[in-house]
Amino acid sequence: MSERRDLEIIADLVPAGSRVLDLGCGTGELLAHLRDHKGCTGYGIELDDANVLACVQRGIDVIQLNLEDGLALFDDHSFDVVLQLDTLQHLRKTENMLRETARVGRIGIVSFPNFAHWANRLHVLQGHMPITRALPYQWYDTPNIRVGTYADFKVLAQRCGLTVTDSFGLQGGLVVRRWPNLRASVAVFRFGQRLRSDR
Amino acid sequence: MPSLGYVTAQQMHFSEPLPLRSGALLPAYELRFETYGRLNAARSNAVLVCHALNASQHVAGLDAQGQAGWWDNLVGPGKPLDTDRFFVIGVNNLGSCFGSTGPMDINPETGRVWGADFPVVTVEDWVDAQVRLVQRLGITQLAAVLGGSLGGMQALAWTLRHPDKLRHCVAVATAPNLSAQNIAFNEVARRAIVTDPDFHGGHFYEHGVVPQRGLRVARMIGHITYLAEDAMETKFGRELKSDVLAYTTQGVEFQIESYLRHQGDKFSAYFDANTYLLITRALDYFDPAREHGGSLTQAFAGAKNNRYLLVSFSTDWRFAPARSREIVKALVDNRIAVNYAEIDAPHGHDAFLLEDPRYHGVMRAYFERIAQEFAA
Repeated sequence: MSERRDLEIIADLVPAGSRVLDLGCGTGELLAHLRDHKGCTGYGIELDDANVLACVQRGIDVIQLNLEDGLALFDDHSFDVVLQLDTLQHLRKTENMLRETARVGRIGIVSFPNFAHWANRLHVLQGHMPITRALPYQWYDTPNIRVGTYADFKVLAQRCGLTVTDSFGLQGGLVVRRWPNLRASVAVFRFGQRLRSDR
Repeated sequence: MPSLGYVTAQQMHFSEPLPLRSGALLPAYELRFETYGRLNAARSNAVLVCHALNASQHVAGLDAQGQAGWWDNLVGPGKPLDTDRFFVIGVNNLGSCFGSTGPMDINPETGRVWGADFPVVTVEDWVDAQVRLVQRLGITQLAAVLGGSLGGMQALAWTLRHPDKLRHCVAVATAPNLSAQNIAFNEVARRAIVTDPDFHGGHFYEHGVVPQRGLRVARMIGHITYLAEDAMETKFGRELKSDVLAYTTQGVEFQIESYLRHQGDKFSAYFDANTYLLITRALDYFDPAREHGGSLTQAFAGAKNNRYLLVSFSTDWRFAPARSREIVKALVDNRIAVNYAEIDAPHGHDAFLLEDPRYHGVMRAYFERIAQEFAA
């Protein structure tokens, strides 16, 4: 339920009619939503064979690429919006990917599990790595190779020269704007490149 | 999987001369083709399948000799390109040796066999000839053009030359042009044929001989490039023909030698030497970016309304995935709808002809999408 709500909340951040690049688009659910409800166009990028097939079946244009190889396929600012939802934590070259996102899109939207969510802090206080809905893996089998916090991302965004135009947390399908670093299991950032107007 | 059963080839004559890229004019010509499935009332379900180097119009089903078509695992009732829904056309290209006009036919102007005088044909010339065939069949717009390898180049060329005459382009294991290495392999194959004493400058028919030695070597070289090194290692390794080494320089010791010789023998018994030269040259010449200052992006600028599926295979070193990505980039630059699947398959270039669940899954899903367009 909350996943569907999360999807709608993220979709609300995307202007109608945008040309969208969805990095790590999964089965193309969000792109299909944006196409059907907001008249958006664009492509999904996905590495997993089963997800690529699901996108083709859904009628979403998908390009099978490994994001670790960068976004050389795409020109500067060739998309209105570049989405990177629940993907960043799987990538080794996090900083590079973020810079690439800002290069290719006028607006970047990123979401990732917030490691500083109180439930995670509780796990760590008890001496264990967190296992929650947003971080459902054991420490030894997690695909998340870069875990960070809402607060950490602000620092990285600054370092990459990004202007954060909106940020909030997501918890149980609701937007969390008050103390999101503590109260939200998912962090969401919307940004543009510094010295560029993206409004 | 059910098959189409026995299929028959048809022949169509074209009396209007075909202007060729080279500036030459092919006076009159015939095309051999096969069709499967039924054209719907709206004539909107037709798919043209273009062949690669040594294939023909016989895409699917069984021919008179009981031979299955070269893409029978993909095309047929209930198969990824489903002949219960699509009307599929397989066509033999000009210059080939399976029934369409080619070097083995009579040049009407001289009354002699064309031989080496058959005009050089390009991918674009083939496409122009195919366009006429499709028109004659009463189809103004194809649902899709599909091809692998050199066939994929034809599918691409359709969208570049006649973008309004097709909706979808499905190009598998292909490239936007040949690399120096690709051309090098082609040239070795051509030299093997041309330097065969039985070649007689391409007019060997009059001498009642065939440059089989050259054709054999050409095919052996080709075969090496179709296979991935690992696949070859798995299949043959250093396996010997017999348990005891014969210490011979000219006999066959290793299974791989035996395999290549067998492939060469088989091929040289049915394939025309001049056709081999023509088709490898068509590959060499294909380079749509050339007329656009080297910009592939510019080349695709006119294909805005076409939609593409591109597929490549991880171990294909002949037309590597990077070559397909070049095409994807040109399409993305033009904001053209494209799907691209990079299939992790061990078989090298040959993978496009083989059955792989991931590959065929994507093909099935894409053709399903196309079918929904004309079913709606």
